[in-house]
Amino acid sequence: MELWINLTVNGLATGMLIFLLASGLTLIFGLMSVLNFAHGGLFAWGAYAGVWFYTVTNSFTLALIGAILTGAVLGFITEKLIITPVYGDHVQQILITLGFMIVLSEMLKVVWGPNQIAAKVPPALSGSWEFGDVLIIKYRLFIIIIGFLVFGIFQYILKRTKIGLIVRAGVLNKEMVQALGINIKRVFLLVFMTGAALAAFGGALMAPYSGVIYAEMGMDFAILAFIVVVIGGMGSFPGSLLAAILVGLAGSYMAYYVPDLSLAVNMIIMVIVLIFRPQGLFQVKG
Amino acid sequence: MTTLLKAENLHTYIGQYHILQGVSFAATQGEVSVLLGRNGAGKTTTLKTIMGLTPASKGTVMFKGTEITKKPTYEISNLHIGYVPEDQAIFAGLTVEENMRVAMRKEDDTTLERQEYILSLFPDLKKYWHKDGAFLSGGQKQMLAMARAFINEGELLLIDEPSKGLAPIVIEKVMEAMTEMKKTTTIVLVEQNFLMASKIGDTYTLIDDGKTVHTGTMEELIANDELQHTYLGIG
Repeated sequence: MELWINLTVNGLATGMLIFLLASGLTLIFGLMSVLNFAHGGLFAWGAYAGVWFYTVTNSFTLALIGAILTGAVLGFITEKLIITPVYGDHVQQILITLGFMIVLSEMLKVVWGPNQIAAKVPPALSGSWEFGDVLIIKYRLFIIIIGFLVFGIFQYILKRTKIGLIVRAGVLNKEMVQALGINIKRVFLLVFMTGAALAAFGGALMAPYSGVIYAEMGMDFAILAFIVVVIGGMGSFPGSLLAAILVGLAGSYMAYYVPDLSLAVNMIIMVIVLIFRPQGLFQVKG
Repeated sequence: MTTLLKAENLHTYIGQYHILQGVSFAATQGEVSVLLGRNGAGKTTTLKTIMGLTPASKGTVMFKGTEITKKPTYEISNLHIGYVPEDQAIFAGLTVEENMRVAMRKEDDTTLERQEYILSLFPDLKKYWHKDGAFLSGGQKQMLAMARAFINEGELLLIDEPSKGLAPIVIEKVMEAMTEMKKTTTIVLVEQNFLMASKIGDTYTLIDDGKTVHTGTMEELIANDELQHTYLGIG
């Protein structure tokens, strides 16, 4: 029993980190039809920014806020300089965002050096709780709670606010949203910056979780995030959460029971979903 | 009589196809101007060109004396021009209420009162208020598209084939609503159903092969069997 609980907590924590990356990606794809391979780079920048802000301020809260702001600013720059010229052209999007991903990674090395950097869990969140034989690591539980909180906040924004309504309408029919007097380009920018901020936030949470950060970490997680977006349904926020949890749990359980398959399991889930539900688990109605 | 909208010598390409090759017409304030013509004549593209969705490569669109030809779609819409596309473009994953809210420029008391008035024109929408747009029938979608375009105080409504694919009883309802809308708004209507167009229209523009071939009052067209036969295939 304690093993299952530990594996589940690990899986959920990993799933939530993937969700933070994938949720931005799915909104960006769903609304803007943009394949953003640079998204992982923003995740890595969030991790580095988080560690840097934490070192400077000694406050984990400020570190997270700093990472979010860094992500939003980088998102603004990316959308304006990299994405705007290639709207509507997926091939060019893939090429330019992959290129920019490399630029972002290399820039990290320029600023913080080529070596891995250690990241510490803040004292308030380090250690664990013991319930009988069950050991719950505080920081993992913290990530899970934050993940659900982010999901709740964004669900509220998407479902209950005017801007959320506009984003959902934009995912369904961009042309009509413009015909109703809404500047869709401004909405695109806002969504892109939000997606980038979420990715950076995920990166900042990831750093203490993994203990070390490195410039290429974004690419590893970006692949998982793309898998999650496909499984969850492109453009679906709840789909991303469900798929991220699925991928996180599958990875965690397989790593223990069938280690040889732990890396392949995500691909296997994606293939199964694509065969039986090519539109993903949650279809966005067009 | 004030000219509210004036399109002059519009040329529009969609991809490599030269769809509009010289469309001109004017809409007078307070009237219903009907664009008529066969399938593929360029009526829908004319409305899309006015809205900036398929921008004109040549020609001008003037609204209240100001050129709007090159303006982006959202700016054109914000000039108080409502648009009901041919396919209705209902947001299928949003409820009827949410479809209306997306369109509201302001969510103030005046707009909510106006919404009540609009719902009195389309009582069916009230029944399905919390249902997703995907679950509406063709007629209900049409009503929602019209209600959505009419939710803000508007000066001009562009309505594309509101009778398309609808049962006669539903067309009657749509007609009644349009007659009511006509009291406060200028309408440019694209319609294939000549009976409907002739009942509500004040003026007509016949479009054929992407060009304006005739304009005049609706009475003149009703009296001219030859024009109806040549360009609308009637009789």
